[in-house]
Amino acid sequence: MGDTTKKERRKFLDKGLKVGIAAALGGFGISKITSKLNANSKSDSGEKIELMTTDGTLIEIDSSEVVEVQHSEDHDKKYNVREGMPHRKFVMVIDLAKCKNALKCQQSCNKHHYITGDNAWLKVYKMQESKDTAPYWMPTTCMHCDQPACVTVCPVDATFKRKDGLVLIDNERCIGCRFCMAACPYSTRVFNWSEPKQEFTLDMDMLEHQYSPEHGGMPSVKGTVDKCDFCPHQVKNNELPHCVTACPNGVFYFGDKYEDTVTNGEETLRLSKLLEDKAGYRLLENLGTEPNVYYLPPVDRLVDFEDGLEQFTEFQSVEKPTEE
Amino acid sequence: MKNFDEIVHDLAPRKYEKPGIIWIVFLSILIVLGIIAYIDQLIQGQVVTNMRDYALWGIYISNFVFFVATSFVGSVTVAILRLSKNEWRTPLVRIAEIITLACIIMAGITITLDIARPDRLLNLFVHARLQSPITWDIIIIPTFMVISILLLYIPLIPDFAILKDYFAKTKPKLSKLYGILSLKWTGSPAQKALQTKSIRLTSILILLAGILLQTIDAWLFSSTYRTGWDSTNFAPYFISGAFVAGIGALITVIYLVRIRRKLEDYITDFHFDKMGKMLKLACFVYIYFNINEYLMPQFTAKKGETVHLEALFTGHYAPLFWIVSIVGLVLPAIVLMFKKGRKPLPMFIIGIIVVIGSWWKRYIIITPTLLEPFLPLQGVPESWYSYFPSLHEWIITSATLAMALMIITLLIRYLPAVPIQRTVDEQKMDIIEKPLES
Repeated sequence: MGDTTKKERRKFLDKGLKVGIAAALGGFGISKITSKLNANSKSDSGEKIELMTTDGTLIEIDSSEVVEVQHSEDHDKKYNVREGMPHRKFVMVIDLAKCKNALKCQQSCNKHHYITGDNAWLKVYKMQESKDTAPYWMPTTCMHCDQPACVTVCPVDATFKRKDGLVLIDNERCIGCRFCMAACPYSTRVFNWSEPKQEFTLDMDMLEHQYSPEHGGMPSVKGTVDKCDFCPHQVKNNELPHCVTACPNGVFYFGDKYEDTVTNGEETLRLSKLLEDKAGYRLLENLGTEPNVYYLPPVDRLVDFEDGLEQFTEFQSVEKPTEE
Repeated sequence: MKNFDEIVHDLAPRKYEKPGIIWIVFLSILIVLGIIAYIDQLIQGQVVTNMRDYALWGIYISNFVFFVATSFVGSVTVAILRLSKNEWRTPLVRIAEIITLACIIMAGITITLDIARPDRLLNLFVHARLQSPITWDIIIIPTFMVISILLLYIPLIPDFAILKDYFAKTKPKLSKLYGILSLKWTGSPAQKALQTKSIRLTSILILLAGILLQTIDAWLFSSTYRTGWDSTNFAPYFISGAFVAGIGALITVIYLVRIRRKLEDYITDFHFDKMGKMLKLACFVYIYFNINEYLMPQFTAKKGETVHLEALFTGHYAPLFWIVSIVGLVLPAIVLMFKKGRKPLPMFIIGIIVVIGSWWKRYIIITPTLLEPFLPLQGVPESWYSYFPSLHEWIITSATLAMALMIITLLIRYLPAVPIQRTVDEQKMDIIEKPLES
């Protein structure tokens, strides 16, 4: 019940926002007209003005109703969590040529998502396709597929696909049937088999924190599924996902497909050109899951594969807290 | 030829003797242990199982599939034999209906044992999404349950009327209950016509719902990308497997009921011979689908599939796979080809073997696939690389099996295990048709 009122409120906010933005844009674009119209704004002028909203639909408003307003600053931050950030489409590019299994990405991810289980959300696999082909290190996150198998099979809409490309989990709704885990061909999902032993430090302000699917692991919920969330909580603060910033070798590029740009924090590149130049590909393309994570093949490597072996642990991906 | 009173006396439910009471106590202990283990699982979480992120489903699910499969017996024996007018079904159908009801109830309970947040089960209705095979299951299981209750109840109505009179003096309370359940049955032509029509309709419904139920159960797996599950053969494969499991269970239960209730005059060698032939047919159909499922893919197996098949044929699961396939399926089919193999005692042994084989068959369908993901198994504790059920899982699963047996036992205690009215009617017909024989 509370949920529906929340939804309605969201809807209302959403609508209000759209109209506001439309008015704002209109206001900027035709400010001269509006100032003229404002003079006789009290009565219906009968004149219609065609405006375009931010999502590209044309609307018609009586000219007397057009009012100049301040450009809203926060339209990126106010949106329906289940629908996602408007006009964004998040992508990641992982450059296998640079990865030497430093595992900083995994450690950072584990830390910032308070992962306490035995299976990290971000894994770096030791790969070798066949005996005669070269071995390489392959970090994997959630692929945030455009045709997500997990979302299809979820019976309660707990895991959902957003317009901005993200596949997220509502841990307050998940019933723990694990069908999504069976469905995911990338084995990216992990389960909270017991009460997570998360220790939130005081500076985290857990008191003020309200649960949101946008920050996985905050908190993890017993008997529900977790996975990589692409860090929308970072994006909202204009920051890059934790794995991207933690990687010392610039392996991870994060960006927006609509803007056709990705960045690893050091360099910002054209996504399409990068994929073309370096022959980008996606994992298990033949399944048709349409992932939003691209890989660049491990060619012209700067580091030896063997260097990564030191860090490689076959039976561990989450460091267990040692007594400090 | 027995007269009416004798038949009623033979078939009317009666109190347990000592073995019956021991049996009930034994089942009760298993159930109580299971409930304790389940409460512990609720408190601690499913960490008490040996399921983990890779082996994310275990025997709760394979046990669920087993129950669903066994519940198919109602569709097969009752519906098919009735619609095909096989008269020898009479003494068998009631027990088949009881097994069906017990198994579908337990299937419903078993699936919820696997759900880690049973406190949120309501979400399945509040936030239901029709595209999820689990939602299909939620629709078909209660539907099937209702139909199987009707299938048990409607043919029982005349029997309730008989029992009401039979117990009128000895057990007035029970008699009253039977009276209520008999819905004022007098056996008038109008009532009989209505009952016959209703039974026929329910038979058709249970056949359709049964096929749908098995199909949806198969789709639960084949709607994923997993090697070994991603198979277009899966639905018929499951239906034929259910055929085997259901008849196996039927034979086992019928043999025990026949001995305990001394029903040798009603359930004869002839009936076992017929059931044996039916199980033989079921086994051969299932063997055919197994060949489709495991041998044909050899020709075009992709890498993952090769690994999967090797694990089954020569690898880790080979002993179980071959025992289940040869002892649990091929051997019964061969033994049942001989007339001596279709005598009650050999049939009973075969029935037990088939049921146990069917249970492990589901295990072998579910577990190996989960441990063969597309990306390598890495970065998780060594114990996650394999799966074998934990003590909690065994105790809880035993409890579900005990509950199914308990439901069957209790229903047989209070319902006539062999339809009385129909038996009487058929004997009358026999007398009219061939009066010299008796």
